[in-house]
Amino acid sequence: MSDFSLLINATYVFCALLFIMGLKLLSHPSTARKGNILSSLGMLIAILVTLLDHNIISYQLILAGIVLGSAIGVFAAKKVEMTAMPELVSLFNGVGGLASLAVAYAAIVSDNPLTTFELSVSVVALLIGAVTFSGSVIAWAKLSERMVGRPVVFKGQEVANVALVIAILAIGVLLVRQPDVTMWHYAMIALALLMGVMLVLPIGGADMPVVISLLNSYSGLAACAAGFALENNLLIVAGSLVGASGIILTNIMCKAMNRSLVNVLTSGFQAVVTSDMKIEGEIKALSPDDAFYVLEAAQSVLVIPGYGMAVAQAQHAMKELQELIESNGAEVAYAIHPVAGRMPGHMNVLLAEADISYDKLFEMDEINPRIENFDVAIVIGANDVVNPAAREMKGSPIYGMPVINADLAKNVFVLKRGMATGFAGIDNPLFFKPNCRMIFGDAKESLNNLVRQFAS
Amino acid sequence: MTGIYLLFILILSIFVGFEIIRKVPATLHTPLMSGANAISGITLIGALSLAGGENQHIATWLGFCAVMLATVNVVGGYLVTDRMLAMFKKR
Repeated sequence: MSDFSLLINATYVFCALLFIMGLKLLSHPSTARKGNILSSLGMLIAILVTLLDHNIISYQLILAGIVLGSAIGVFAAKKVEMTAMPELVSLFNGVGGLASLAVAYAAIVSDNPLTTFELSVSVVALLIGAVTFSGSVIAWAKLSERMVGRPVVFKGQEVANVALVIAILAIGVLLVRQPDVTMWHYAMIALALLMGVMLVLPIGGADMPVVISLLNSYSGLAACAAGFALENNLLIVAGSLVGASGIILTNIMCKAMNRSLVNVLTSGFQAVVTSDMKIEGEIKALSPDDAFYVLEAAQSVLVIPGYGMAVAQAQHAMKELQELIESNGAEVAYAIHPVAGRMPGHMNVLLAEADISYDKLFEMDEINPRIENFDVAIVIGANDVVNPAAREMKGSPIYGMPVINADLAKNVFVLKRGMATGFAGIDNPLFFKPNCRMIFGDAKESLNNLVRQFAS
Repeated sequence: MTGIYLLFILILSIFVGFEIIRKVPATLHTPLMSGANAISGITLIGALSLAGGENQHIATWLGFCAVMLATVNVVGGYLVTDRMLAMFKKR
């Protein structure tokens, strides 16, 4: 402990406190914004006090890096559309991973001699950082449809993955024993990058909420490992907070799909099991005109949005319809499934963007016990998350998955482009139920149609 | 000994993280993730001494890259989270 290091470390304690308080305030939408400001204040103080470090002798590069990074960050944050939030978050995950990779690599090649322990954790940080980076890039490419969204699987994938893990372990040991051989450095980085790619390739579009959460967690763990390498407490505290957050979200997403993490990571959905149960009934289409008469008479309306709402950008049209239904004297509520959309909370952000009050948004467990009381349930671009086969068809690939029981409402309107199956590739018995009507066409168009009917 | 001491911090903060983040409602999960992105930019403070330190050429430049990347995370993450949270209103 010399010169400023006592001051620096004492300030770090305070910053850690601000991060924790900030996350705590995130427990309610009314205080969340204050929490975010508190957390950013903690970050600012941490950065400023670190600049007092006696090891820092030149500030030009630091300044250049901060100015450049800030410009990119401001640009990205201001420009992004709310529908593109999953892509942005996964890019930010990747950037965080790359930063940790660079820090760890710099620690390995710097002049300061490292102990075996420091060297080992640096290698771990390098590994997690690289996996986070390449995995996030693939996730981003899938989300933004720059590559196929469906799972990419090939023969011998398991064998290849096991070989890859063994190779990484072997190179890791070699790197720690012979840190001066640059070949091991390059091999390690290359293999780790490859592993990130292999991790995300077999994962399909609708499983993206799990992968984004997992990569979010990795970006935290990478910072945490870098903290071990640099013996920096604040890096460890902040990194593990992020790691914990990602793990909790990953767990919630897996539970909401009734699948284990291993199952999500290693395979798409299993092949459809042919079931003896026949779906009875027929699909009945409904014109927006007729739908209007039902909605006009309804006392309570439940809206169940899915990824299709994001694709059609139908949230603003829905808000308009909501206001008209409410001024007609009926109640409107929204039911959000945890895996609706492409990332945790995706639907909530879109509805908030359309200025819909957050106290109208309900979680699946809150809405299911009283779903029979709703006169109309409007399903907008959701499929698997309202599929009653999860409850009643043993042998269905999604049997056992918790779903919103839309079929139990008195009337169900399904807004859908065509009869394509959902991500799981299975028929949805909901569409065949006697109380269900399909409104075919673009969701935004159909909603605007209803709005016009109400207005006139 | 340092390793053990750091492990202590790790385990305690993981538990703190689990306890407080479990209480974040589902409606705020997207801002939680982007806010977590910003916090993971904490790597910046590790990168500072590498970028400004007396090191070999390559370590300094890696430090510079890390400073820039982590700043993108910090600035972009906090700003976009704030933008989202400002939209969550109750009427």
